[in-house]
Amino acid sequence: MGKFNKTGKREMPALNTSSLPDLIFTLLFFFMIVTTMREVTLKVQFKLPQGTELEKLEKKSLVTFIYIGEPTQEYRAKMGTESRIQLNDSYAEVSEVQDFIFQERSSMREDEQAMMTVSLKVDQKTKMGIVTDVKNALRQAYALKINYSAVSKD
Amino acid sequence: MAKGKRKVPDINSSSTADIAFLLLIFFLITTSMDTDRGLARRLPPPPEQKDQENTDKIKERNVLQVYLNKDDQLMCGDEYISVNQLRGKAKEFIANADNDEAKPERIQKDIPFFGLTMITDKHVISLQNDRGSSYQAYISVQNELVAAYNELRNELALQKWQKNYAELTEDQQKAIRDIYPQRISEAEPKKYGEKK
Repeated sequence: MGKFNKTGKREMPALNTSSLPDLIFTLLFFFMIVTTMREVTLKVQFKLPQGTELEKLEKKSLVTFIYIGEPTQEYRAKMGTESRIQLNDSYAEVSEVQDFIFQERSSMREDEQAMMTVSLKVDQKTKMGIVTDVKNALRQAYALKINYSAVSKD
Repeated sequence: MAKGKRKVPDINSSSTADIAFLLLIFFLITTSMDTDRGLARRLPPPPEQKDQENTDKIKERNVLQVYLNKDDQLMCGDEYISVNQLRGKAKEFIANADNDEAKPERIQKDIPFFGLTMITDKHVISLQNDRGSSYQAYISVQNELVAAYNELRNELALQKWQKNYAELTEDQQKAIRDIYPQRISEAEPKKYGEKK
């Protein structure tokens, strides 16, 4: 009896932190895997339109992006505020869209070319005229699977 | 006078955690978790020859005309409506539940799971917009039309299998898609002030 009643100073055992690096590494690897780095620097600014019936964009490697919107602040002086198309890293005209699609398609694997999707990231205030021109160019280039990028409304 | 066994001193690993943290924070910042979402669409292939346009006539009752003008006003059939009303209009049109003369004709077709069913196989929703319409308005209209189809499909799925459309098997979904095929056609946009 009385065994529980130990007297004397008790020291708090130090917390074993030797596995802490492993924990952090696990997290690190998780983020390394899910990270997708932004490949292009945006030269146009856009606020995506809102929708409710959205579908997820599958297979990032098969997706080509076309951006349409007003030039960002630093290019305003040169380009004005008219809506512009951006392909890869530079501004482009509608006539260049077709070549761009062919180029992108030839860089894909042959069996994946048919599944190519073009995602249109267009500012919500853009006039439909320019969008229609791009759509027609895409039709001419036989890039028929498209996706109007939007954010869900809630 | 070296001793037989020398102990290799332990590498002080107390800072590995810090290094890992540093990397972790870098990736945390650069990560963009947002998955791209959007309205998926299929464009029609380019016209082969300009003069060989639409030889097969579509009956007037099979077409629902939706116009969007440069001020983002919406016209459906022959009346002005708001975007919120469009979904209901489209659903009525696609389903044609009460066999209306003015709505698309229903054709009997053999569909797996359902047997012989009357479906409005030939209906077309024709969307025409102005070059001056805003993109947001255009997407709203597209969104409402897709929503109309999705709601109809879901209703049918609930009625038949008491399940949501998304939970059905591949074959069941295909059967429902056969009953409510998505037919949205986009006409060449008109330019305001241009005669056509």
